[in-house]
Amino acid sequence: MMSTDNRSTAAEVSQIKARRSLMENMLRGLRQAPPTALFGMAVIFLYLMIAIFAPLIAPYGESEVFPDAYAPWGEKFLLGTDQLGRDIHTRLIYGARNTIGIAIATTVLSFLIGGSLGLLAAINHSGWLDQLLSRIVDAIMAIPSLVFALMLLAVFGTNAFNLIIIIAVIDATRVFRLTRAVALNIVVMDYVEVAKLRGEKMGWIMRKEILPNITPPLVAEFGLRFCFVFLTIAGLSFLGVGIQPPTADWGSMVRENAGLIQFAEYDITAALTPLLPACAIALLAVAVNFVVDWFLHKTSGLRDEQ
Amino acid sequence: MNNNSTKQKNGILLEMQNIHIDGYSDDQWHRIVKGVDITLRRGEVLGLIGESGAGKSTLGLAAMGFVRAGCKLVKGSIRFDGTDLNTISEREKRALCGSRITYVAQSAAASFNPSHRLIEQTVETTVRQGLRSENVAKTDALRLFQDLQLPEPGIIGQRYPHQVSGGQLQRVMTAMAMSPKPDLIIFDEPTTALDVTTQVDVLASIRQIVDQYHTAAIYITHDLAVVAQMADFIKVLRYGETVEDAETRKMLKTPEKDYTKSLWAVRSIEKEEKQSDDIILKIDGVDAAYKGKTKVLKNVSIVVPRGCTVAIVGESGSGKSTAARVITGLLEPMKGQVLFNGEPLPLILKGRSKEQLRRIQMIYQSADTAMNPRHPVRDILGRPLEFYLGLSGAKRDRRLLELLELIELDESFVDRLPSELSGGQKQRICIARALAANPELIICDEVTSALDQIVQKGILQLLLRLQADLGISYLFITHDIATVRAIADQVVVMFQGCVVEQGMKSEILNPPYPSYTQLLLSSVPEMDPDWLSDLLEERSAL
Repeated sequence: MMSTDNRSTAAEVSQIKARRSLMENMLRGLRQAPPTALFGMAVIFLYLMIAIFAPLIAPYGESEVFPDAYAPWGEKFLLGTDQLGRDIHTRLIYGARNTIGIAIATTVLSFLIGGSLGLLAAINHSGWLDQLLSRIVDAIMAIPSLVFALMLLAVFGTNAFNLIIIIAVIDATRVFRLTRAVALNIVVMDYVEVAKLRGEKMGWIMRKEILPNITPPLVAEFGLRFCFVFLTIAGLSFLGVGIQPPTADWGSMVRENAGLIQFAEYDITAALTPLLPACAIALLAVAVNFVVDWFLHKTSGLRDEQ
Repeated sequence: MNNNSTKQKNGILLEMQNIHIDGYSDDQWHRIVKGVDITLRRGEVLGLIGESGAGKSTLGLAAMGFVRAGCKLVKGSIRFDGTDLNTISEREKRALCGSRITYVAQSAAASFNPSHRLIEQTVETTVRQGLRSENVAKTDALRLFQDLQLPEPGIIGQRYPHQVSGGQLQRVMTAMAMSPKPDLIIFDEPTTALDVTTQVDVLASIRQIVDQYHTAAIYITHDLAVVAQMADFIKVLRYGETVEDAETRKMLKTPEKDYTKSLWAVRSIEKEEKQSDDIILKIDGVDAAYKGKTKVLKNVSIVVPRGCTVAIVGESGSGKSTAARVITGLLEPMKGQVLFNGEPLPLILKGRSKEQLRRIQMIYQSADTAMNPRHPVRDILGRPLEFYLGLSGAKRDRRLLELLELIELDESFVDRLPSELSGGQKQRICIARALAANPELIICDEVTSALDQIVQKGILQLLLRLQADLGISYLFITHDIATVRAIADQVVVMFQGCVVEQGMKSEILNPPYPSYTQLLLSSVPEMDPDWLSDLLEERSAL
């Protein structure tokens, strides 16, 4: 009663109001975004620019080797060189491209797999398909994901393609669970029954009736998943089974230069070198989370802060 | 409540003056309550009545010094027993609510914590506020259960919320509100979600207990007949303003404002009975069950003549909606058959052709959940046009406007989302969606029960007009006898999955009745303040 009261009053008052276009809505949303979200968006934008225009920005080639290994910070090498004499600054820039590119590809793939199967399972609720898919997912989730990924990479071999597929499949299980859970709330709504009674096909019901209503939580999850995937890739690279040299990547950069930390008492900049890629990872994770938080708050419909 | 003279009238308990409350929606503040005054003395019951959106619930909550999220009190003073609720601290307010002022919500099922026993929840505030020790509070609660005529008052407290019926839960909630022995209880539509037969019990026990403990109450409802039984005074609200204020008997006898009179609206429609031998739908000897468990329908046979309205009445759980599911093919019956235009329909949905699906359409009780909140009206109405009739482009748009015209809305609605429509408009769009398929039979499942009296009247008149113009047959599922009187030609009475009676409206709604029909009919509240007392007397005499 309470909420319907509110809603119908609102509807009656706003009867004359024309609907805003998508573009206007986006601009309005952007203007109302809190500073944290704007910061997050700015950081993400910056990273994207760096990733896209890496060859233009970077002073040297991605795997160009110079004779002076472990060079200190200076004019020639802004952030020094690594154990093989490759420019750290250059590799940080290329690392953005590789790490982010693979993370995006993996996340998109995991959403395609997990999302569509989750929807199918929700529509087929407690039918055999739901049972089958859910049990498979349970089984995969029972194994710690990092260990599982390590094992699969050892079996299929480490290359970018396998990395993407394996992490995507493992992550798809989480997406599956979320999609199934939120879609279950929609599947029982009368309008889905209306569509069934009309004789609509399964695909239409999934796309037109259910998907638009579960998009907000899925988008939010996409942001979070992206961070996790990113961290998983960095973690695997740190362990040496992720992105393989000479491809620049932040995770392996941390590992390769980790030894420099012990020289902190002689040269503080040397100790900072392995922390730079780690910071790059952390900053992006924080930025994405800021944006996701804002988006979640916006779509959750909570109004208690007004 | 009506024996005012015998009641001892003390001082003023609650005084609300010039209350203004704003609500936030669509990025704007709207005035929801515009300068309403309420004065309530100890032991009095005030009825607040009005359509949804009139500000009843908001006002009820304001009496506790509380506004819900997204609202704010702009102006006005609220004095409870001499204390100004606007000036006291949050902590003092908390001590007051739950001990001296309590609240009974509309949906008891949604308000109980499912994982605690009823007795624990009943005494929780009393104990936490330190009013009484747990043992004393529990003993009191048992007496309250008894006073509220709950079955097995000694044991019922040990049950969990899902183990008792909706009507019982509503009474336990009343016991919960009574437990701290408050001075004021606010009832927010406590019986709206209940069947008529259950409603009578709950009303009777609420009334008795409020009387017995001499508690003041604010009773919020949209049903004038209910409020007539409960209140000493009635205040009619509309758009956040007071329309009329009077003593109950006076208000019922001589309402002054047209708006107040229009609250009787639905009860004024009458339909001439129509008969037809041309049978459009016949379900024959149907047994049905969900997932092979107990039978929900037992040997049900219903006949719908062409161009007529057949109303199925019965309380919830009687199998009305299940019958509709069998007809639409959503539930496959265990035995029996469904004949449409004399031909048997495939029993499951998947077996039916598009053409068979097109001819039977359905309208749901809650238009809110029957329309996808992300689809604008254009898509909601356009899809069946495309799907069944293959219309597209300009043809589709033309038909869309025709449909909107049929339901008395204009083209400005085409791009609205469901959330931008009022309750009545939503239900109209649902009717238009059913009409878009050019159906021969429309199943209406409690289509008006979620709506206000005046809006109900509009929808019923629209349905009647459409039937006269287009010759559509209706199967009308309802528990409201006033609606049946307004729209039906024939009536089917269902009870516990069986058809008790089927016949012409004039036969069913006039004596002699089978005992169940009698019970159902006599439970419908009437606009007479003595109705409940008389009814209870009559029933206890039997």
